[in-house]
Amino acid sequence: MLFSLNKKQVHGATGAVSFEGRSEPIVVLIHGAGMDRSVWSQQTRFLAHHGFRALAVDLPEHGHSEGPALGSVAELAKWIVDLADYFGESLHLVGHSMGALVALHTAGHHKNSVSSVSLLGVGASMPVHPELQEAADANDVKAAQLITSWGHSTRHHLGNNPTPGLSMTGGTQALIESASSGVLGIDLMACATYDGALGSAEQIECPVLFLLGAEDKMTPRKTAQPLIDTVSSSKSVIDLPETGHMVMIEEPDRVRQELLTHMSN
Amino acid sequence: MVEPEFRRFDTRALHAGQHPDPSTGSRAVPIHQTTSYVFDSVDHAAGLYNLETSGHIYSRISNPTVAVLEERIASLEGGVGAVCTASGMAALHLAVATLLNSGDHIVASRNIYGGAFILMNHTLPRFGITTTFVDPRDPEEFAKAIQKNTRLIFAETLGNPGIEVLDIDAVSDVAHAAGLPLCVDSTFCTPYLINPIEHGADIITHSATKFLGGHGIAIGGVVVDGGRFDWDASGKFPTLTEPYEGYHNITFTEEFGPAALSMRARAEGLKDFGACMSPANAFYLLQGVETLPLRMAKHVENTKQVIEMLDNHDAVQWIKHPDHPSHPDHDLAKRLYPKGAGAILSFGVKGGRDAGRKFIENVSLASHLANVGDAKTLVIHPGSTTHQQMSDEDLETAGISEDLVRVSVGLEDADDICSDLSKALRASQR
Repeated sequence: MLFSLNKKQVHGATGAVSFEGRSEPIVVLIHGAGMDRSVWSQQTRFLAHHGFRALAVDLPEHGHSEGPALGSVAELAKWIVDLADYFGESLHLVGHSMGALVALHTAGHHKNSVSSVSLLGVGASMPVHPELQEAADANDVKAAQLITSWGHSTRHHLGNNPTPGLSMTGGTQALIESASSGVLGIDLMACATYDGALGSAEQIECPVLFLLGAEDKMTPRKTAQPLIDTVSSSKSVIDLPETGHMVMIEEPDRVRQELLTHMSN
Repeated sequence: MVEPEFRRFDTRALHAGQHPDPSTGSRAVPIHQTTSYVFDSVDHAAGLYNLETSGHIYSRISNPTVAVLEERIASLEGGVGAVCTASGMAALHLAVATLLNSGDHIVASRNIYGGAFILMNHTLPRFGITTTFVDPRDPEEFAKAIQKNTRLIFAETLGNPGIEVLDIDAVSDVAHAAGLPLCVDSTFCTPYLINPIEHGADIITHSATKFLGGHGIAIGGVVVDGGRFDWDASGKFPTLTEPYEGYHNITFTEEFGPAALSMRARAEGLKDFGACMSPANAFYLLQGVETLPLRMAKHVENTKQVIEMLDNHDAVQWIKHPDHPSHPDHDLAKRLYPKGAGAILSFGVKGGRDAGRKFIENVSLASHLANVGDAKTLVIHPGSTTHQQMSDEDLETAGISEDLVRVSVGLEDADDICSDLSKALRASQR
């Protein structure tokens, strides 16, 4: 789907289901640093056929959305609010990693724009290893390799993908390599400098779902606990054993079902 | 300094794509000898058919045993995915049929497997797809042959049977400058000797029948999707970038991003054309892949010894192997193939066609048959077998002379291989 937001072209995947003439609730899936809509390929089409208008969006300067990239979580959250205004209704937000921070901030600070929030691979803070930041700033392929290496659990490094024939690690690396020049570095900096996670969590009033990998090396499970403890609204916590940071790729079936259950309730 | 940590090649050759079977504990990959799979519910079935959920429907489209092989090869090649097929030729056809339509054009190396040449030169034109053949040693020839309707550049990493070495980096630059993908067949190399994706290739095909299996007991092929080509930016591939009515108007690049090609190849190509790999063959081929690094190391080591023997034999007119200093691609081979440029070589027997025939008839350890990449040493005279349907002119263009004998060096003791070939060469001169 292509549309114009703030005079910039926005692109997203809708599971090939048009929004036109439909009134189901809208779920917006927000990708992480250096990625795009296709990271949700195992969820978007399913949600689009199970009671939602699903939009796996390309954030500005990612995928096929027009730039420039937005350099902070707060700016990205404002962009999501603009998206809600564009559609004229509140959104179910599903975010991964940087996208989870964006969803969290939006839910905490723009309550009228958010119906529920699902956070995958999230922590109260997201420091970035300086050598990863350096590689990303230099558009060095090593940045994609490091994220791929750290982003998948030991088990899933060897694959056994429920989607026949696809390589989990191969897909992640190729996706990050496809990011526009400089975008990954900007995204990682946005993650590293965001210090509003707990403040946002405090403000949230909508239901929250946490989907967390037990072997997440990028946002270790323990870093999500302060967020979980802070959220006072209705919340569910799903811990996924033998799973790393790339939760929706590593456990696509479970993530699909948990998202559907959470948002349907 | 931090470095990414991935399982190494030898480990992935044994483990990628598989964990011990959770219900039985089976360590080996089970053979899922089944045509079809029970659905949990009507909704589950609908979701599978609509690509909403992952899993298996029918073994023509996917099968758990085959999927392990696909993921393993994708991992070894560094791709985003792979689709196994009934044969290497089926893999080439699948790649072409997924991307091209009637009216499209291919630029291909002229030094390719005879079956691939026949497909492109005689069969595909019946479906409106034409090919221009060029010298694989000259990237400029690829560039000059590109037309407005060209949609694919195709070559073999190591040519057949002259073992021409493709400068993958240079030819991929030519392809990408024209908004085209480079598809290479890497059957002679396997991912042990080279990962073409690292050099710019976008699609890799293999005849898994050869070195990947290594045992000569199962026919199979595979298409590997590199996942780096920007189909949307190219704008020349509507099968990937425009809605497909066959799956409720799915647009493969929009939904699957880097994996668009492999998803379309499976959803359309395997489903509609049906050239799938059987689970039993996938099992056999997996047994081969498990020992690929050990076998390929021995193949190239034995090849070095055979080259040395041939180099010093009076009955040998010439030798074609990139590891031989006389080969025109020797320097390029040293750069691209530091472990060795494969285990297939050709040589000319003094005395031409008759001497060549005598040589073939006098080998006793080596087998005379139409295959390469077996654990056993194989010999053949291409002009009378694999390339026999080519005209004299086409044979000459492909660099196949009447005295040419092709050898696929096996895993026997190198001294025994050399002794056998040497005796047959002596016999050829009587």
